[in-house]
Amino acid sequence: MIDKTLIGTKMPSHSTVVDANRLRLFARATGQTDPVYLEDSAAQAAGHRGLPMPPTMAFCFDMDVPEPFEILDLLGVELGRLLHGEQRFEYFGDVCAGDTLTYRTTISDIYDKKDGALEFIVTDTDVDNQDGECVVKMNRVYIIRN
Amino acid sequence: MPDISFDALNVGDAVPPLTVEPISRTTLALYAGASGDHNPIHIDIDFARRYGMDDVIAHGMLVMAYAGRMLTDWAPQTALQSFGIRFSAIIAVHDEITCTGTISAKHDDGTVHVDLEAANQHGEVKLAGEAVLRLAN
Repeated sequence: MIDKTLIGTKMPSHSTVVDANRLRLFARATGQTDPVYLEDSAAQAAGHRGLPMPPTMAFCFDMDVPEPFEILDLLGVELGRLLHGEQRFEYFGDVCAGDTLTYRTTISDIYDKKDGALEFIVTDTDVDNQDGECVVKMNRVYIIRN
Repeated sequence: MPDISFDALNVGDAVPPLTVEPISRTTLALYAGASGDHNPIHIDIDFARRYGMDDVIAHGMLVMAYAGRMLTDWAPQTALQSFGIRFSAIIAVHDEITCTGTISAKHDDGTVHVDLEAANQHGEVKLAGEAVLRLAN
């Protein structure tokens, strides 16, 4: 069983630049053909400062660290037992190519069901831009298959 | 560019659905690279089998990205206030995902709530949730 005293742990913060080529690769990988997500001119015509970061991609830039699953090592969980249970985003400002995002994640809850056959890890992440403004909040629930 | 107005929408209206080509192994490799999620359960069948799966499984966030595409095909992304879902089933290679959404509420502050779902070609729901958008009149 995961050590529930780890509830409240703050993971090390990290920062990453929203790279335009990465946004284009993400568009290709998700079948996105809307020029707003591919061409600077279309993005600007639509009122964006640059190529916009699509709605779910805040989750992706959080993985731009040497050990993206560091939290699992801390919790003693094997990656192969991990399932993604829930994901929620709240948006407070737009994010475009060239912005720098800083991630701060807290382990909000750890609980189990079915006599421990399933364990749940809940995290909350604040994502700030280069001006220190919170632009996205993320809440995620991971499920561990024991 | 999406051009919709708050006043023109009614509770019960459907968001134009989005059907995506079946998920291939190439899709998963591309998504792993683009997303930064290199969890081998999505790309390495040997690893997946070691953990009791018959095959690799798709990234749930790939399908949430499809649901996001449905929303931004319909409304400007800047309208999006929140977007939350629960994954309800494992998404398999070759699943053909269709995303659907229905307006479930309209509020005086200019926000609309959309109940949304993504299901495969057999009607198995893979994720369900809600988005809130703030739209101009």
